[in-house]
Amino acid sequence: MTDTLPETTSAAERLSTAPSYTPSGRNPLLRAWRQLTSMRTALLLLALLALAAVPGTLLPQRGLNPAKVAAYFSAHPHLAPWLDKLSLFDVFAAPWFAAIYLLLFVSLIGCLVPRLRLHVRAMRRQPPRAPRHLLRMTTSTDWQASDAPGDVVAHAAGVLRSRRWRTVVTEEADGAVSVAAEKGYLRETGNLVFHIALLLLLTGIALGGMFGYKGTVLVTVGDGFSNVQSSYDVFSPSRFFSNTHLPPFSFTLRRFTATYQPNGQPRSFDAVVGYQPTPNAATKTFDVRPNDPLSVDGSDVYLVGHGYALQIRVRDPQGRVVYDNATPFLPDDAMFTSHGVVKVPNGLSHQLGLTGFFYPTYGSTALGAQSVYPAADDPTLDLAAWQGDLGLSSGQPQSVYDLPVASLKNVGTTQLTPGKTWRLKDGTSVTFVGVRDWATFQIAHDPGTKLVLVAAVLIVLGLLASLRVRRRRFWLRAAPAAAGVGSRRTVVHAAGLARSDADGNATEFDRLVHQLKD
Amino acid sequence: MAPNVHLAHISDVLFTWTVFVYAVAMLGYAAEFAFARLARARGESPARSIRLGQAAVAITVAGWGLHVSSVVTRGLAAHRVPWGNMYEFSSMVSLVAVTVFLAMLTRQQVRFLGAFVMAPVVLYLGLAGTVLYVPAGPLQPVLNSYWIKIHVVAAITASGAFMVSGVITVLYLMKSWLERRAASVSLGPGTAAAVELREPAVGVRGNARAMVDGVARWLPSSERLDRLSYRVIGFAFPVWTFAIIAGAIWAKYAWSRYWGWDPKETWSFITWVVYAAYLHARATAGWRGRRAAYLSLLGFGCLMVDYYVVNTVITGLHSYAGVG
Repeated sequence: MTDTLPETTSAAERLSTAPSYTPSGRNPLLRAWRQLTSMRTALLLLALLALAAVPGTLLPQRGLNPAKVAAYFSAHPHLAPWLDKLSLFDVFAAPWFAAIYLLLFVSLIGCLVPRLRLHVRAMRRQPPRAPRHLLRMTTSTDWQASDAPGDVVAHAAGVLRSRRWRTVVTEEADGAVSVAAEKGYLRETGNLVFHIALLLLLTGIALGGMFGYKGTVLVTVGDGFSNVQSSYDVFSPSRFFSNTHLPPFSFTLRRFTATYQPNGQPRSFDAVVGYQPTPNAATKTFDVRPNDPLSVDGSDVYLVGHGYALQIRVRDPQGRVVYDNATPFLPDDAMFTSHGVVKVPNGLSHQLGLTGFFYPTYGSTALGAQSVYPAADDPTLDLAAWQGDLGLSSGQPQSVYDLPVASLKNVGTTQLTPGKTWRLKDGTSVTFVGVRDWATFQIAHDPGTKLVLVAAVLIVLGLLASLRVRRRRFWLRAAPAAAGVGSRRTVVHAAGLARSDADGNATEFDRLVHQLKD
Repeated sequence: MAPNVHLAHISDVLFTWTVFVYAVAMLGYAAEFAFARLARARGESPARSIRLGQAAVAITVAGWGLHVSSVVTRGLAAHRVPWGNMYEFSSMVSLVAVTVFLAMLTRQQVRFLGAFVMAPVVLYLGLAGTVLYVPAGPLQPVLNSYWIKIHVVAAITASGAFMVSGVITVLYLMKSWLERRAASVSLGPGTAAAVELREPAVGVRGNARAMVDGVARWLPSSERLDRLSYRVIGFAFPVWTFAIIAGAIWAKYAWSRYWGWDPKETWSFITWVVYAAYLHARATAGWRGRRAAYLSLLGFGCLMVDYYVVNTVITGLHSYAGVG
């Protein structure tokens, strides 16, 4: 928190309600508490927080890119486990990172509570009386007036009040009258609002971390998705999330369209879905695009990726269809050269596996075959066929995108375009029927978002008030002129004081005095 | 829609002229300083140097007009907001820095800042026009949102203002160094002024020192520089806060979460924390002055990392903003 004053400032000049105690006293607990809530400690913790975040950008992070962490492990097999012990691949979930920001927030609360009390008291209190020697202050002036001291001060107090200064008029000895005025309490209010909003922000973040969920799912055009945990490819619930909280919506991917610039950079993506908020509700249509998620029942459906699924039909030597599915291929580069695997475990005398590379726009380059444009303008599929035990019944989990080719027998390779059929030696036929699009969706629910948004708005408003508003005081004293001094009846002294922005304060003071003189 | 090649060319030509005119203005401010020093040494009136300074301001305004035209034609050529890649972003940040300087000029006498603001601006634009340049083209789909107007404009505004505050902070450190030296040489009341008036010894090693010395003498008091830099940061910090928040809201729409510790998010956060530390330091006994100034420079350093290192070296979700 900003706004403490140096110890040398006199009490009369103090414009801040910041406590200015120093760590002292006999009670060691009290001492430690004061040390923790001192500005110096807050400063140190802020510096530590900034420093602690740095490794999170220099080392790969599990939360962002687990594959990169795995790559780092194989590149630095000796160093990586040590770094991992220090949570350096999960910096933002690390205990030491949490320790820093929790200490910072404890320190903040410790600073906030007394300041809140002092500020409430200051808001109720009247402005402090005019110091005896106003002209000794840096921003001050004097003039003479023909009205009586009481009238001069009454007029000044009226003007100040109309400008929303808080004022108090005091009758002094020797017939002098003074007005003390203060303005800009909003500065400290803003300061407190800003810091309380930081606590709200942390609460909102914690809420999302405890009760939210997110998951991703790949859906091929024509296929559907219903929001139950088993439908997800990846599902990450938070600590206290229960599956019964999944809203029962479902959707079907009707159409996916991607357009590209001539150089292959994407121009637009549209995933048109038909969705039902509840199982019996009417179906509605929505176009999910980047920056434009579908919101259903508190959950949001985002378009996060896309690719091609290849419709492959396999017939046995007798011509019976044993496999007819659209298999998603995973893109390997920006032009969507993709790879994928088809597994046909049943219906043939030997289990059959196909590994393939798909080129939406086929091109032959110095590096070999690769796609030269991301749209499916000249779709071409390179296939290799494998026979043997696919290992699906071994009980070992196996990725749908991998085939254990080492234990299989290669029975040929070929290149196909849509509609073409490849006949293997044993009479099995493989047909490349066509290409369909697939899209990946991220579905997420974060119950803390609204609170975080409110906190963010308060943070900005509080910050603006605490940095733009000046807390300032103004004093004016009118006293009867000594006989023979000038022709006027009254001598007026005025002074202004601001905690910050001396230039702006001087300008306001001059303007105010100019108005009061008239 | 394909970019308008003709307009894009006009924008590029205007950009080149902007850099040139800014460079001339920078020399003008430097000449004002040199002539003022000469006039002081000879005991003449500084009228000529003041005219030079005023001319430099006029040239800066002209360059600013060219700069605005370059940015506007770029946007018209690409049929979108002109801050979609690093070249355009750098150009906009420099434009904000010059705008902040000109806005300050209308309120107070800060012409002494001229050469020091224009030097990094010219450098920055030179870098943008050569290393970072990309031809006008459409935006990537993920950038195609009205949040690009809110989030990026706020980030640009804060960055431009932080650039100006960084310049003032460097000047503050120079001046406070001189003041401390003068104070340590001073033998009693009155002698400090005598030391001030003595021209520094010029030797082989003394040259650079003499230059810093000469510049620092010409600057206003370190106290005023400190206040000036605080005011600029007081403006930039809430804007930067808003930029981060707007970015988080946009991230919620685009990437399904408002915060994910992506390298760009993290460095923006680090920058924010360092400037927050600066604001606290300025209010902490023993940290006011030079220590706070170092924190402000560190904050600007973090901003530069956030911008250049994160975009070019570290891959993350903001990589689309990169070169090429």
